[in-house]
Amino acid sequence: MALVQIENATKSFMGTRVLDEVSITMDAGDRIAMMGPNGAGKTTLVRAMLGFYRIESGSIRVGGFDPMKQRVKVLENVSFIPQTPPPVRLSLDELLRFVERSSGTEREAIIAEAARMDLDVQGHLRKPFFKLSGGMKQKLLIAIALSKKSDLLVFDEPTANLDPKGREQFYQLLTEIDSQTATLFITHRLDEIEALVNREITMDLGKVVNDARL
Amino acid sequence: MKNLFLIAYLDIRESLRSKWFYVYAVVFGGLMGLFFITGVSDSVVMGFTGLSRMMLIFIQVTIIILPIFILITTVKSISGDRESNVLEYMLSFPVSLRDYYWGKMLGRFITVFTPVFFALLLGVVFGLVHGGDMPWRMIGLYSLLLVSMSFVFLGIAFWLSTIVKSSDIALGGAFVIWITLLAFIDIALMGLMLQNRLDDNVIVTLAMLNPIEVFRIGAITLFDPELTVIGPVAYYLLDTLGSVWLMVYSVVYPVIVGVLFAFLGYTAFRRKDLL
Repeated sequence: MALVQIENATKSFMGTRVLDEVSITMDAGDRIAMMGPNGAGKTTLVRAMLGFYRIESGSIRVGGFDPMKQRVKVLENVSFIPQTPPPVRLSLDELLRFVERSSGTEREAIIAEAARMDLDVQGHLRKPFFKLSGGMKQKLLIAIALSKKSDLLVFDEPTANLDPKGREQFYQLLTEIDSQTATLFITHRLDEIEALVNREITMDLGKVVNDARL
Repeated sequence: MKNLFLIAYLDIRESLRSKWFYVYAVVFGGLMGLFFITGVSDSVVMGFTGLSRMMLIFIQVTIIILPIFILITTVKSISGDRESNVLEYMLSFPVSLRDYYWGKMLGRFITVFTPVFFALLLGVVFGLVHGGDMPWRMIGLYSLLLVSMSFVFLGIAFWLSTIVKSSDIALGGAFVIWITLLAFIDIALMGLMLQNRLDDNVIVTLAMLNPIEVFRIGAITLFDPELTVIGPVAYYLLDTLGSVWLMVYSVVYPVIVGVLFAFLGYTAFRRKDLL
């Protein structure tokens, strides 16, 4: 069974079709770079996969589950890093408690993963998340996503806030991901992740215009 | 259910870190202190003095301030998280929409009710220190009225917060609701009555559908069971419901409206796009 099965997914916003009969299959071990200009439908597709958007026609299954009707089941096996770290007002301690309790991810694993990117979580536990620097926030979100044992990792421009050293550390961590875990990178910079992906999907105007194995 | 209390706890923690919460707490606590400092409790108005007099003025202040405070601080709860992409991140974890929505509401209820309740307790403590008679029945019933008024506006705010995409629109909507309900306590109703365009029964019904008016009448019943201060309408209300059922209505009706709006909000939250 495919990990992600998207068939003829269609979605419009205010009369504009942002997903136009999109069909994609993702299997375990797929390392996908999803590219395309702004407004191509990449983020909309990811949001539909995560149960944020209700598609008008077609179907989406993640791990065999419907993201709208069985969102908890879907999200148990998906890790997501947004493009921009959201201004979460919780302290790091509270955020980690939320992650631990909701997804069963161990705090120690997150702290260890963050330490590998030179982020000291212990020293900032009482600090509100939104008061961290952009790079620190992104590193913590990466640490959380990588510590949560998922079948699918979704990264929406994950290195946008990282300095060159941070990027290097992040790419190093990605090389250690289980070979059966699928990853989906939404990116504008293929050159940076070329060595990490084995498939390239390009979208434009809500359609898949290219889907090639590398 | 496993994440409901976690979400409620986190919402409370988040609110405790926000400036609005302290302004809110200081306003209610400070007002209560101010009433004592300025000697409100020693004044006599329509036979009321001591803690009863102070509670009377506290009720008047609550009618105006509590709804708008709850509306403006809560209406951004979900719409604000949606706008800032916090909702996108938090809901990318395996948390059910039911736990998230009702957990947020539970947390926010505790946050908005606690300062008002503590202000009331502060009044009780002042009263005890002052050595006056303690109107316990009145304090108990007034606490129930505060719960139901907090609940109705919380329900309305959550509904509004869910159905609109922008927190600015949600804020604007909250003001419109507040002003409309406030106008329909007296001014708009008196206007309608003077114009003689509507039957008096319709006007009284309109008044009794307004949760602020219901709170006001319920609160007045505590001090003035004959409702003499509200004039001839009192005879209609007391003849129709009687003082006990009027109090029951004052407590239960806003809770029902609050639950209704909260469920409407929850339905929209589940059925519409989350972002």
